[in-house]
Amino acid sequence: MTTADRTPRTVDVLVIGAGPAGLAAATRLAEAGVDTVQVIDREQHAGGIPRHCHHTGFGLRDLHRVLSGPEYARRHIAAALRAGVSLRTGVTATGWAGPRTVDVTAPTGLERITAGAVVLATGARERPRSARLVPGTRPAGVYTTGQLQQAVHVHHQSIGRRAVVVGAERVGYSAVDTLRGAGVEVAAMVTGLPRHQAHPAHALGARLRHEVPLLTDTTVTGLTGRGRLTGVRVGHRDGRTATIGCDTVVFTGDWIPDHELARSAGIPLDPGTRGPETDPAFRTGEPGVFAVGNLLHPVETAATAALDGRFAAGPVLRHLAGEPWPRAPLPVRADAPLRWVAPGRIAPDGPPPPYGRFTLRTAAFLTRPVLVVRQDGRTLHRQRVPRTVAPGRPLQLSADWIARADAHGGPVRIGVE
Amino acid sequence: MTVTTTGDLPGEVYDVAIIGAGVVGTAIARELAAHRLRIALVEASDDVGDGTSKANTAILHTGFDATPGTLEARLVREGYRRLNTFAAEAGIPVEPLGALLVAWDSEQLAALPALAEKAVRNDCHDTRILDADEVYAREPHLGPGALGALEVPGESIICPWTTTLAYATQAVRAGADLHLNCTAGAITTGSHHEIATNRGPLRARHLVNAAGLHSDEIDRRLGHTEFSVTPRRGQLIVFDKFARGLVGHILLPVPTAAGKGVLVSPTVFGNVMLGPTAEDLDDKHATGSSAAGLSLLLDKGARIMPELLDEEVTAVYAGLRAATEHADFQIRAHPEQRYVAVGGIRSTGLTASMAIAAHVRDLLADCGLDPGPARELEPPRMPNLGEAFRRPYQRADLIAADPAYGTVVCHCERVTRGEIRDALRATVPPGSLDGLRRRTRAQSGRCQGFYCGAAVRAQFDEARATPAAARAEARR
Repeated sequence: MTTADRTPRTVDVLVIGAGPAGLAAATRLAEAGVDTVQVIDREQHAGGIPRHCHHTGFGLRDLHRVLSGPEYARRHIAAALRAGVSLRTGVTATGWAGPRTVDVTAPTGLERITAGAVVLATGARERPRSARLVPGTRPAGVYTTGQLQQAVHVHHQSIGRRAVVVGAERVGYSAVDTLRGAGVEVAAMVTGLPRHQAHPAHALGARLRHEVPLLTDTTVTGLTGRGRLTGVRVGHRDGRTATIGCDTVVFTGDWIPDHELARSAGIPLDPGTRGPETDPAFRTGEPGVFAVGNLLHPVETAATAALDGRFAAGPVLRHLAGEPWPRAPLPVRADAPLRWVAPGRIAPDGPPPPYGRFTLRTAAFLTRPVLVVRQDGRTLHRQRVPRTVAPGRPLQLSADWIARADAHGGPVRIGVE
Repeated sequence: MTVTTTGDLPGEVYDVAIIGAGVVGTAIARELAAHRLRIALVEASDDVGDGTSKANTAILHTGFDATPGTLEARLVREGYRRLNTFAAEAGIPVEPLGALLVAWDSEQLAALPALAEKAVRNDCHDTRILDADEVYAREPHLGPGALGALEVPGESIICPWTTTLAYATQAVRAGADLHLNCTAGAITTGSHHEIATNRGPLRARHLVNAAGLHSDEIDRRLGHTEFSVTPRRGQLIVFDKFARGLVGHILLPVPTAAGKGVLVSPTVFGNVMLGPTAEDLDDKHATGSSAAGLSLLLDKGARIMPELLDEEVTAVYAGLRAATEHADFQIRAHPEQRYVAVGGIRSTGLTASMAIAAHVRDLLADCGLDPGPARELEPPRMPNLGEAFRRPYQRADLIAADPAYGTVVCHCERVTRGEIRDALRATVPPGSLDGLRRRTRAQSGRCQGFYCGAAVRAQFDEARATPAAARAEARR
């Protein structure tokens, strides 16, 4: 690739990803007076995942009203445009050409964009069937929720007659709603866990309104059908097996950050989240490169992602003003049954994460757990959580212990008693 | 240019009918289409290369380990040269990475010198035995315990989908008729062959059986029992593109009395493949993967390259090889029936395909076919699917001429709207989203359609609806 083929551009801040986190960061930066804030998104339309989530419940925490996904996305887009953000869709970041310099492909040609700061807001996706190593044939009719929602709400495509939904987190219930709205009978929801992990109202609604049975302690052991799916083989923990006849299966949840750009820059990843490891100021291991949103915590609500973006604006402004780029010395790690903790790096003399708390996820149901923070065998903090915590749902840990950590010690470990 | 998918077959008597449009059948059609012959290529599926050919290990073999003196040894060696040349002309991605046969125990290490000698007898003179230090210098991510390796520099990786499609494209452009969704049934042989199909009778003076897994069934309909096909399933795991940096060569197992192991190989799409298993089955449709097969592969992979298992899995495939009770290819002419059977083509069939085709043309001449002089065919320029070569999203010239090449639809594989449009309008268009995937890579990446699945389907449906709507309009 000769540079003559690429149009060079320079901006103050380049935000990659026009979902809630990226748009909120860009809006706040433009409002703060940054000259050129550019948001690029590889999709044809801005807004990110909420664009095709037609259920309500968006915006309570960040916009202080309750909206559908598309309406929520429209408000964030409008706010960004009002603030003077340059918003470009159909523009794909394909790799790095140097520090804070990104190569992009657009219908208008190839560009090389150099920025004072780059904010990665590339989000997360659900693991597909293949990554879950579900054996069997490779028929049509196999979806993730993301694909299903775009097929139904954006492209109005026909789906099928009878579906099985794999996973019983909140997103699984969204998939049920989307399927029912598209006229598809839902034969069952299947979860390997002992009970569902959604808000009780969602689960009750699915059971009563849609008469969807929930098969717990049950995993999908295979897909059958050539050409089109004909059934899903399931196995119960107690050894019973069955085949559920269906022409559609939706694999929900099991999120993985879309970390391709972060990783191709050589930015260290957090072993728990698989997103870039960041400090409480959303700084990655690469100077001038920030990360926000569900790229860091797969996944939290859209509002949480958007609030990340707002919080990150402060550190981005300080970086543009010449603040040095310190590397927070201590990794923070989650021990089983916890799956991950974010942020994954701290400095004892540095700022706490937003709202003074860490976000965690558990892999198993925990009843009134005691979270214990230790460093090199020394207990820094204990905290009882006075409720049952489900996998896939938020779990918060106070950050008021970070000043007690030893900047020269080993990793901080968070476990459960 | 004729590709049909529905309706009665033409009433004409073709010079040659070929049953089966896999890599072998399409190669034969291409070879014969260079002559002034009327060729029918019939395929039960809705696409070419949709059986055994679509799920192989995608290696262009030198033939170094073939049994010297066999037909397979000769055709693989000759096919390797022919396909290398054709691939360069047609734009089929090939990467000459070289192979290392890694020895993990003393028995395997002791087997390397004999393999090197066998390679010489197969006219492969550049192999070399490497000690453990050199093996790890070449492949630093190998698991512990490698004792040495045989290096075979000529082994290459190739795109199996583009190869079959290029053959079919060139054959159809040269005048061959490709009839899809056409399953061969009973065969009556008189002054010509009359083959009953679900789309009416197919008539041809000469018949070539390239039906892969079903070649023994066709052969029996003509009264022959020389071989039986036992499907041998091979399951494969394809790892994320982030694994590509771990592997420099095709890492082959050393064949020993204990059986063949599994290989780890880069793909031309920039992924890493682990497999295959080898399971003899009865069911010619058992193309599903199994929990036992996948767990066996992961165990072997953990030994060969532990870091590979830290990467995400992008895809899992299973294919069936058309194994027979014979070690060699089963290619036989029956001049009294004006019939050539092409059976027992193992995974080396991809490499050997063009040599098999030339061999079959000669056998047809023995059966009384006068092919006449051959024409020089224009090479088909196939869209590049290989990561080692520039793709449309990287080309300012293409995007300037047509912005559709700058509009990325499938983000994981960076497939543009322009490439999908071109595939849908091509000489041999896809019959399904799977066929579109094999032509463009759309939806074959790490998200498997989470982002682009609905958009790709919309473009596919739109292209397929347009001709139907136009026909309906014309009728009114």
